[in-house]
Amino acid sequence: MIPESFEYHVPKTVDEAARMAAEFADDGKVLAGGHSLIPMMKLRLASPKHLIDLGRVEGLKYIREADGKIEIGALTTHFQAEYATLLKEKCPLLPETARAIGDVQVRNKGTIGGSLAHADPAADWPAAALALDAELKTVSTSGERWIPVSEFFVDLLTTSMNPGEILTAIRFPALPVRSGDAYAKHAHPASGFAVVGVAARVTLDEKGIVEKARVGVTGVSSKAYRASSVEAAITGKAPSSKNLDTASLHAVDGIDLNGDLYASAEYRGHLAKVYTARALALAVERAGGK
Amino acid sequence: MKIGIKINGKWHENDVEPRLLLVHYLRDVASLTGTHIGCESSLCGACTVLLNGDAVKSCTVLAVQADGAEVTTIEGLARDGNLHPLQQGFWEEHGLQCGFCTPGMIMSACQLLARNPHPSRGEIREGIEGNLCRCTGYQHIVKAVEWAAEHSGK
Ligand SMILES: Cc1cc2nc3c(=O)[nH]c(=O)nc-3n(C[C@H](O)[C@H](O)[C@H](O)COP(=O)(O)OP(=O)(O)OC[C@H]3O[C@@H](n4cnc5c(N)ncnc54)[C@H](O)[C@@H]3O)c2cc1C
Ligand code: FES
Ligand code: FES
Repeated sequence: MIPESFEYHVPKTVDEAARMAAEFADDGKVLAGGHSLIPMMKLRLASPKHLIDLGRVEGLKYIREADGKIEIGALTTHFQAEYATLLKEKCPLLPETARAIGDVQVRNKGTIGGSLAHADPAADWPAAALALDAELKTVSTSGERWIPVSEFFVDLLTTSMNPGEILTAIRFPALPVRSGDAYAKHAHPASGFAVVGVAARVTLDEKGIVEKARVGVTGVSSKAYRASSVEAAITGKAPSSKNLDTASLHAVDGIDLNGDLYASAEYRGHLAKVYTARALALAVERAGGK
Repeated sequence: MKIGIKINGKWHENDVEPRLLLVHYLRDVASLTGTHIGCESSLCGACTVLLNGDAVKSCTVLAVQADGAEVTTIEGLARDGNLHPLQQGFWEEHGLQCGFCTPGMIMSACQLLARNPHPSRGEIREGIEGNLCRCTGYQHIVKAVEWAAEHSGK
């Protein structure tokens, strides 16, 4: 279990990293926490000729608040997101999601940017990013841009980032008033990855009616998605458990379900509805609703 | 590539291939075989060491990523011939049978106690969730970590 040989590059700045990513766009890869890429290199499912280690690039590890939004540097580890006081107060979905990832050692090394860029269909961060309408900042030699998360995930392990683009930051709206966040996950018992993971943010109006609901689902198909039919079905309704359950029945509307040895497509579809109901109920409770 | 890693307080400098894994560096280059290789695939935790204080699976880190870093392995825990409280705890509470998982278990427990000196039993189980043991059923490992938490700093 030894990777193929490669040349190792250690940029110190984002500009330098972007130059290297452009130079080696065909046969190179950037390395963040390495907890998806190194296992793939050991299995020789990935054999980059050039590895550009972002680990020493300055200014990519931070969590801060700016203009009412929470911005997280791409190299921030799952562990840092799990324990950040700012996030617990202002955007609790993020620490709750981080905590659900793998185990302590994985969370110490793996990064939020690496997970989103990797776009594993069973990863946890994509669900949270979708539920929060996140924006992702990329940098390349031709400049920088912000990509809305609705345009980010394209397919299995595929995003809308171009070769040579580096993900540098992710921006999330903070939790509004009368709102609650929740992440409900059915973890694969061996790998820890999501068989189903549902992230929800619910905002209630002054009368306790659902004003806005956002639901991100991961694990069930080739890419994570927003369950828009669930959102539409619950918006404007009282968040009673009956209404939440009924809305959750739309969790896999129009979705091509994955099946494997552990969970058939049918079972995954069932789990997705159950976990959507759980995530919504918890988010409503945290929003101060019944 | 030339790298330097401070392992258990001592600097090691070597010329290594970039693809060399940290666990192979520790065992084959630095001759510290206390760190074990179990699954080689990031799952079992037998290869856990502290990298700048953070528990990591050293089969999933390149040695070059650790250039300039401090690494603590199981060999670095005892002080002046006295076992570390965690090592003593595993002894007192029979926290091992075959011992294969033990170095990794102890390094993960080290991380846990550094972040949370008085963990509950549930928190101990969470702290070692990345480490598999095929022998003990975990009960005695949890007790061993509890023993260490009670006897640390005394
Ligand atoms: C035992 C184990 C259990 C796990 N369990 C879970 C789990 O339960 N849930 C979960 O979500 N994940 C899980 N993971 C995956 C883990 O979260 C990874 O850390 C994460 O998927 C990838 O992040 P990374 O920083 O390690 O990225 P890397 O492995 O370094 O990179 C992954 C890919 O993304 C690209 N990339 C990385 N960073 C950038 C960037 N800034 N810009 C552009 N491209 C980039 C790389 O080129 C590579 O192709 C697990 C991993 C292991 C080993
Ligand atoms: S040998 Fe590294 S996790 Fe099993
Ligand atoms: S004591 Fe044998 S694997 Fe844990």
